[in-house]
Amino acid sequence: MKVAYWPGCVSRGFTPELHGAMAKVAPALGIELIELNRANCSGCGVIAEHSQELADSLNARTFALAQKEIEQGADLMMNICSTCQGAQSECQERLDASAAYRAEVNKHLTPEGLEYAKGIVNKNFLWVLVEELGLEELGKLVKRPLTDLRVGPFYGCYIVRPTDRIGIDDEHPRDSYLELVIETLGGTVVDYAGAQKCCGFPISLMQPDTSFKMAGRHLGDAKDAEADCLVTPCPLCHLNLDMQQPVVSKAVGRDLQMPVLHLPQMVGLALGMSPKELGLSKHVVKPTSVIDWSTSVVGAVGALSAA
Amino acid sequence: MSSTETTNDGASTKVEGLQEFTLRLRRYDPESGKPAYYEEFTIELEPHRSVLDGILQAKNDEDGSIGIRCSCRAAICGSCGTRINDKPGLACHTHLDEALKRSKDGKITVEPLGNMPVIKDLIVDMDAVHWKKQARVTPWLLPSEPLPEREHIVPREAMVDVTQSMACIQCGACVSDCLSMEIDPLFVGPAALAKTYRFVGDPRDARHQQRLNDLAQDPHGLYACTHCFNCIEACPKGVAPMSQIMRLRRIASQDHHIVDRNNGERHEMAIVNSVKKYGTLNEANMIPDSYGGKLHPASARAMLASLPVITKALLRRKVTPKSALFHPKSPDQAQIKRIYREVGEREQRLEHNLYITQPDEDPAEIAAHEAHVAAAAAREAAAKPGVDQTGAGA
Ligand code: SF4
Ligand code: SF4
Ligand code: FES
Repeated sequence: MKVAYWPGCVSRGFTPELHGAMAKVAPALGIELIELNRANCSGCGVIAEHSQELADSLNARTFALAQKEIEQGADLMMNICSTCQGAQSECQERLDASAAYRAEVNKHLTPEGLEYAKGIVNKNFLWVLVEELGLEELGKLVKRPLTDLRVGPFYGCYIVRPTDRIGIDDEHPRDSYLELVIETLGGTVVDYAGAQKCCGFPISLMQPDTSFKMAGRHLGDAKDAEADCLVTPCPLCHLNLDMQQPVVSKAVGRDLQMPVLHLPQMVGLALGMSPKELGLSKHVVKPTSVIDWSTSVVGAVGALSAA
Repeated sequence: MSSTETTNDGASTKVEGLQEFTLRLRRYDPESGKPAYYEEFTIELEPHRSVLDGILQAKNDEDGSIGIRCSCRAAICGSCGTRINDKPGLACHTHLDEALKRSKDGKITVEPLGNMPVIKDLIVDMDAVHWKKQARVTPWLLPSEPLPEREHIVPREAMVDVTQSMACIQCGACVSDCLSMEIDPLFVGPAALAKTYRFVGDPRDARHQQRLNDLAQDPHGLYACTHCFNCIEACPKGVAPMSQIMRLRRIASQDHHIVDRNNGERHEMAIVNSVKKYGTLNEANMIPDSYGGKLHPASARAMLASLPVITKALLRRKVTPKSALFHPKSPDQAQIKRIYREVGEREQRLEHNLYITQPDEDPAEIAAHEAHVAAAAAREAAAKPGVDQTGAGA
């Protein structure tokens, strides 16, 4: 499978381990990444808040660049950020709904010979895993099942709401894919209240107290449910949940110590890659429970056949 | 007309078309001194009937003390807001079969709305939260004086634009699951902010600037929404409160140039300008730019407060001094700048609101929709053999 790949800004900025892990994991899954390095920020919802036309034009530009790759043989566009997915889907919804509006936006792209044509397929890595690769295929690639690792899913708002825009329906229960992937990799899903709530990142600079208490509540709920770690397809959630965790702990008066994995890192671990090469050492909260798990399971041959 | 049949186990007879459903209701009576508990009721109705019909059957046949508020039973009055299988909505507007489909264990769980105190069972105190917040935003027209001698004349488009926020039936479903309000109960919230747009978008109102400034400066106001989409998902009327909040922010920052003390406007401009300059976000500049630039005292305070985080990120090689200080520019920056300029030069904002403009017509979809409407009408006719008791037409 070949994908026109939009890594997003944060995965190349403050969470470089995400971009790195994706680059390691993709070939192991048979995914060829054609990086869209001329594309631009999705605007993370804030540019759309500033100007709809600007956000729609910028994302139409990214889509048009991706469509060029699709013409050259890529199967679809892929992103690794819940927020990019949501922000881009919002623009796509408007662009696809009206030929007249699309033409107006495309005027901004014509000087460079770009044009967005209705109907691009743009999927987060999570959706690609389930809908393109398939869980059965993914299961076959598992070398070191996440036996006994208790993982709490954390989706990020942008990838689960609004359900119609995000394409969640009976055939595509995208709001349960993280659970399905955790189980396929041999892990145990932890049920806790925060899985589809907000990490608080969007208001971390406006209302830091509310923001950190949000993150703190979910991390605390996961801890109460005895999670070993969380996993997220969103690098912005990762910033509030991991990078800010020392501050978050203070805001809620509780020593949280909850490691948070990026989705490709969790997949990589199950595929047999080492925590170090997946960039786990770059996290602010040391993923000790995860590393302990992986070293102990390496020797446990029984766990392999149990999968 | 209705026939009875014996089921396979032979134990019960059923009227054709009826189906059994189990409702799990959250019961709570503060006066009893007992904690809340869940109680199950089995009801029997056609699957397309509403969850409210089911609750009323249980109340009628089994336990008259079940507390539920309702009136119109047709998604108009906004009384029956509840949480059904963890999602807020109208009990009269949720079909039993749909609710069952969303249930994890074959039972339909009904709970009172969140973020508000419970008066009894499924009835919450709307006065304590929802109506108080509505009152907070001065929910009436403040026209310029003197009033015109006759009517106000306004462009048609301007009124079409506010119809979306006018569609609100005050059911409180959005308030129930607002994630900012869950942490910050003082947050003005989605319904009241949607109501604000109803007046800020109305050309007859003369206090747009004051309304916006008041909410922009309020630490629990315009910039306290965390963009979680729960209100869009919850609203049974398509009001999309979060979209109205984004429009309020746009109008506050760009039309009225309100620079708020919550850094809302600065944060917006920090991101907009970063993409203009680099094509991508420069996170390292996000904190200082959102606090008024590197040299602003508030910015220094914020940097100091986040110092432990930054140090840790540096220690773990997550962020390198180079990546923090140097941010690469997109090779196509001229192109991106041109798009900014073209959009900025427009006299009127180009917006495309799908609530007002319907999507381009797809013949196959129209046919499918018409078939669906006809089928629903046929079912409705079959379900209500009697004449509408009020005798009032639509
Ligand atoms: S988007 Fe904003 S107003 Fe709407 S529910 Fe979320 S935090 Fe509340
Ligand atoms: S905005 Fe929608 S969900 Fe909120 S109170 Fe109004 S009708 Fe109900
Ligand atoms: S009873 Fe009126 S909206 Fe449900």
